[in-house]
Amino acid sequence: MKSLSKDRLWAIAVLTPSIILVGIFVYYFIGRTIYVSLTDWGNDPAQALALNPIIRWVGLQNYQELFTGFLQGRFRQELVNTLFFTVFFILGCLGVGLGLALILDRNPKGEGLWRTIFLFPMSLSFIVTGTIWRWMLQPQGGVNQAPTLLGGQPSTFAWLSSNDSVLKFDWNALPLITAAVVGAVLIVVAVRAAREGQRTRTLVAAACAALLILWAVFIGPNVRLLAAPELHGFNLAMIGIIIAAVWQMSGYTMALYLAGLRGIPEELREAAKVDGARDAQMYRYVIFPLLSPITLSAMIILGHISLKIFDLVYAMAGSDNIAASVPALNMYLTSFRQNQFALGAAIGTILLILVAFVIVPYLANQFKGEEGHA
Amino acid sequence: MSKVPVKKALLIAAALATTTSALAAGKLEIFSWWAGDEGPALEALVKLYKEKYPTVAVDNATVTGGAGTNARAVLKTRMLGGTPPDSFQVHAGQELIGTWVVAGRMEDLSSLFKSEGWSKAFPADVLKLISAKGGIWSVPVNVHRSNVMWYNPAKLKEWGVTVPKTWPEFISTCATLKGKGVAAPLVVGENWTQQHLWENVMIGTLGAQGWENLWAGKTKFTDPKVVGAFTTFGKVMDCANKDASGLSWQQASDRVVSGQSAFNIMGDWAAGYFTTTKNLAPGKGFGWATAPGTAKTFVMLADSFGLPKGVKNRAEATNWLRLLGSKAGQDAFNPLKGSIAARTDSDLSKYNTYSRSAATDWKNSKIVGSMAHGAVAPESFTSAFGAVIDQFVSTRNSAGAAAAAQALAVRSGFGK
Repeated sequence: MKSLSKDRLWAIAVLTPSIILVGIFVYYFIGRTIYVSLTDWGNDPAQALALNPIIRWVGLQNYQELFTGFLQGRFRQELVNTLFFTVFFILGCLGVGLGLALILDRNPKGEGLWRTIFLFPMSLSFIVTGTIWRWMLQPQGGVNQAPTLLGGQPSTFAWLSSNDSVLKFDWNALPLITAAVVGAVLIVVAVRAAREGQRTRTLVAAACAALLILWAVFIGPNVRLLAAPELHGFNLAMIGIIIAAVWQMSGYTMALYLAGLRGIPEELREAAKVDGARDAQMYRYVIFPLLSPITLSAMIILGHISLKIFDLVYAMAGSDNIAASVPALNMYLTSFRQNQFALGAAIGTILLILVAFVIVPYLANQFKGEEGHA
Repeated sequence: MSKVPVKKALLIAAALATTTSALAAGKLEIFSWWAGDEGPALEALVKLYKEKYPTVAVDNATVTGGAGTNARAVLKTRMLGGTPPDSFQVHAGQELIGTWVVAGRMEDLSSLFKSEGWSKAFPADVLKLISAKGGIWSVPVNVHRSNVMWYNPAKLKEWGVTVPKTWPEFISTCATLKGKGVAAPLVVGENWTQQHLWENVMIGTLGAQGWENLWAGKTKFTDPKVVGAFTTFGKVMDCANKDASGLSWQQASDRVVSGQSAFNIMGDWAAGYFTTTKNLAPGKGFGWATAPGTAKTFVMLADSFGLPKGVKNRAEATNWLRLLGSKAGQDAFNPLKGSIAARTDSDLSKYNTYSRSAATDWKNSKIVGSMAHGAVAPESFTSAFGAVIDQFVSTRNSAGAAAAAQALAVRSGFGK
């Protein structure tokens, strides 16, 4: 064993307090939440806030309730909302951010000023952004009145109160859809592996895909999560929230891309020009591939923001607007207004798992990268 | 630094020390969500308390916003943390009983009601609403009425319609008004105002007794009559504006004043808004009637104060409750708050035109509790019911909504 140098001792002494604090206030509480989510704490109102509540272990019953319970349609709609929100929010931020970065990269006049202006929305908290946008998206005001400036009719789109939705699907079809999508992805993987001549990989992927597709064709249609069909889709009321979120975070994406663009050596661009590449070709074949690590980081940062978003939705749509609600909001209402602590903890745990899907591969990747350099 | 400020500082410190020692005779912490417009009413009560008990220092802890939802969240933290306020504001009835009484964290106030003679001063229907498990759990301070329909008299005359007396009549009046180009004869606002409308449609359709049976678990929500009332509610919502969830109740009331809509079902705090904020004369600028089908019924909600177990200043808190239930206390508070006294013997000369008419009805009507404002249903029901209403408004599926409400009632422990 290496003898402990003074430096090492110092390091341990300085790190211990934060390790203990993080251990208690992050990991212990995560464990505690997961434990609570497996109990029935709060399902009986008399026990919810009692001095010595009787809490029983119920296993995965709360999760089953969330995904198949008659009363939890709201939660299922929120999961769907989160999915659409995440997709459109990330696409919006990446698109707008990249566009702004490309414009600024051409060194326009007053570049520093523009950069500050585009970055400014990020300095606001989501509550402030939400309140301002709620005012602007009022049915009678702001954005809906904009066409009158050009002499048109005021728009009547109910931004945050619309109940219409598109891309509807039956929740009962969820296992089927999931199986079909995963099966399709596996087929693509198998075809690629076959082209690259990796035999085992091809066989495993093809077998899994075949199993899934068989299941989807023969057993899937008979699986019923709910007694009655329950339609969920992309609610139009989410559009306003997506706009506000993109407005706030696209400046940040722009800053990331701008840093990436500035990091591309001038020689590469010149080399491309010497080879006779037009502007579009230069971007397509030289610059965009070099920006892909930035895109990945941005997607991960934006992805976890969108999964746990709460304040923006709370400020814009309020707490009872199911059409524009997210799981984090439901978690708060379930735990702290309805006193159903176990059910709230189950929603929290599901959110943690969703965020982990995004973050863990990224962290693992980073970790590997660092070890490789060291 | 010169010496004078030091001396001054010392003097101030000495003065502060004496004041605190003088006040150390007693302390009382009251916890409420009354601030802003409602602040002066609470101040009047505190002033009265200080006149009676000058040695007690009153700490007025308010957590504002959201009709008390923020305050209730803070209250939970304090109760669970073992530092309950000496007395806290809560909507009278199940909001207190379903959360705190069933958890065994409140003191029974029956003896206080007996010694103060309140069993006779408050109407029997009210005592029934604040009693459970053989005890009485809070002292109601004020009463608001939920079942009021507001309108603009001049506009109704212009359109040539009268105030509908029942919900079917309301729906036909609505058709008439739509024919005259009023796009939304009824105005509603965000979710809780829709729940507020729902309870008035229910009471107007099922009657006061039917409503009470619903909350006593005697009638199921899946009963054909209740499902039918849901359908009526759907037809009433067809008369309403499409941008409801973006409007506060004040903005909704504005549309009645401007004549964009004909009717608004809202609690009687709207009277204060019309007279004070909008400067309208009662009966001329704005008119009111009981909500359709609820003529002899008073749907009440009340703010009340209770006594948590294990408070630091129990004697001071009991004195506070004693003041709240007294005639002097209620008549000091309510004229400023724009509500009426829960006692039936209040001095009506102190109240405004609307309140006087409400106080008369208070004595002569059948009193039932409001669901949307926590009197007849526990928090575990009301806070989840918003989602049921929202779902219903978008799907108009009466049977589905009724089944969901029934499942909620079973979960909350009162439905069977």
